[in-house]
Amino acid sequence: MEFIKIIILALVVNNVVLAQFLGICPFLGVSNKVQTSLGMGAAVIFVMALANLVTFLIQFYVLNPLHIGFMQTITFILVIAFLVQVVEIILKKSAPSLYQALGIYLPLITTNCAVLGIAILAVQKDYGLIKSVVYASATAAGFTLALVLMAGIREQLELTGIPKGMKGFPISLITAGLLSLAFMGFANLVK
Amino acid sequence: MSNIKQFTKGLLKENPTFVLVLGTCPTLAVTTAAMNGIGMGLATTFVLVFSNLFVALLKNVIPDKVRIAAFIVVIATFVTIVDLVMKAFTPDLYKTLGIFIPLIVVNCIILGRAEAFAQKNSIYHSVLDGLGMGFGFTLAITLMGSIREILGNGSIFDIRLMSQEATTILIFILPPGAFLTYGYLIAIMNRIKAKYNI
Amino acid sequence: MAKLESSFKNMILSLTLISVGMSAALGFVYNLTKGPIEIAQKQKEVQALKEVLPEFDNDPTAGLKSQEGLNYYTATRSGEIVGYAVNTYTDKGFSGRFTLMVGFKPDGTINEISVLDQKETPGLGTKMKEPKFKDQFPGKNPAQFKLKVKKDGGQIDAITAATISSRAFCDAVQRAYDGYTVYCTESDTLQKTDAEVADSTAFQVKGGNQ
Repeated sequence: MEFIKIIILALVVNNVVLAQFLGICPFLGVSNKVQTSLGMGAAVIFVMALANLVTFLIQFYVLNPLHIGFMQTITFILVIAFLVQVVEIILKKSAPSLYQALGIYLPLITTNCAVLGIAILAVQKDYGLIKSVVYASATAAGFTLALVLMAGIREQLELTGIPKGMKGFPISLITAGLLSLAFMGFANLVK
Repeated sequence: MSNIKQFTKGLLKENPTFVLVLGTCPTLAVTTAAMNGIGMGLATTFVLVFSNLFVALLKNVIPDKVRIAAFIVVIATFVTIVDLVMKAFTPDLYKTLGIFIPLIVVNCIILGRAEAFAQKNSIYHSVLDGLGMGFGFTLAITLMGSIREILGNGSIFDIRLMSQEATTILIFILPPGAFLTYGYLIAIMNRIKAKYNI
Repeated sequence: MAKLESSFKNMILSLTLISVGMSAALGFVYNLTKGPIEIAQKQKEVQALKEVLPEFDNDPTAGLKSQEGLNYYTATRSGEIVGYAVNTYTDKGFSGRFTLMVGFKPDGTINEISVLDQKETPGLGTKMKEPKFKDQFPGKNPAQFKLKVKKDGGQIDAITAATISSRAFCDAVQRAYDGYTVYCTESDTLQKTDAEVADSTAFQVKGGNQ
């Protein structure tokens, strides 16, 4: 049951994008097509689950025992950068069309604040290794959810008439604001 | 570009928050109060200036293939320095900004400027660029923080503007308010730029 | 401006040197700031103790007890116990964990509360620091006073639009009191009859089931 609680919290109650403000850059950048959003979401789930696994081990078996906690930022971000490179190589070989579609946003997963942010948050909570990975995966699924919802709306927005000054980022941000407002309805779903 | 322009471009014409739309995560998360905006802005400026400085300094000894990794090591170092210094000397701000201090390392502004500017320009220009972008960012998020604080809390920099009992528009302090404020500010900025041909 | 060639040797060498150099600089700054960080943290603790306890002349941080995540401090004046402070926490805050310092008089009444660390929403949860909310607690004895918000059947007026933070605050104070009854009153020469001890543990059980 603990796991269900963690999943629901991460997915909708504390949605990583709409409530915690992590992962906004790719959220605004990739969410114009539902197809690409799903692909990006899948890549992020994979990277985050793996990254949390590795950073957890590093925190508790290297940084803490050696009392070099201050090296957390550097080691975590390097682990993430390395993992993203690996994912890039794998995708290029096994799913080249997705690789093309994601374009520059694939290496940009490295700078996705959600990946580093959740890695740091996960070791601050009292989760064990398995819970940590579940937490990260659920959070990434929440990211995917927000992304796909946004993409769905934006695909429709393309067909409407938007005032010139609002085109692009302004209308996306306002849409995100409304989505965020809607998600606030999930508060207190689980406590 | 003249030296002065290297600095001023970050303030308005190429403002990282309202024009380049970089560093959106802290912009939305931290701007619940004007003070937080200044704190985050200055911390980011510090990292930006030093990272630009070192990238420009070391650009000839960093092979191209590992440049991103090298930039990240440099940036992460200065972010950790800022983190430690804030923990020691500004503990309250440190606790408020929380996880967004280490997240400066993935603030697209910093990696973006290292990649787009500092590795191709002189040390002097890189520092100016860092300062300009940093101050532009600071001004932008302080503005946003002020708006959200005034409308949502009736205060600015913790100075009460309205009585304790006055009703404020709470939504501005909450996540949706962040998105809405940011969206409208960009729209207004677009209008100003179009009208005055900046 | 010729860049270094991307040969394998160069890449490894360059990255290693940069990493080592940066890590050394970082280690240096870490050592520099270690002292001030400890001082800053201790200062907050001492300030909070001064706020929540009646006048004392000892150093409550010496001989502080740490049990199950809470810290207990004893304050004395001229050798007589004047109060206890408990460094307590709650994980039920809107933005996660926040910590309080609760000062108790020897008879179990709350003396004063100080908010240590919190990252609740400014303008909402942060109002817990304001007298309008916080002053509801001093002078109350949790043995008789229900430490819950009115919505939950208690006697505390929650902060408008910040019920979660208000509930969490009560949770932290309750946690402090529960710990206090076990760890602060046990090892002291307070004259408590067996009946009184039984009563306070009975309250604990009740409080846990509420």
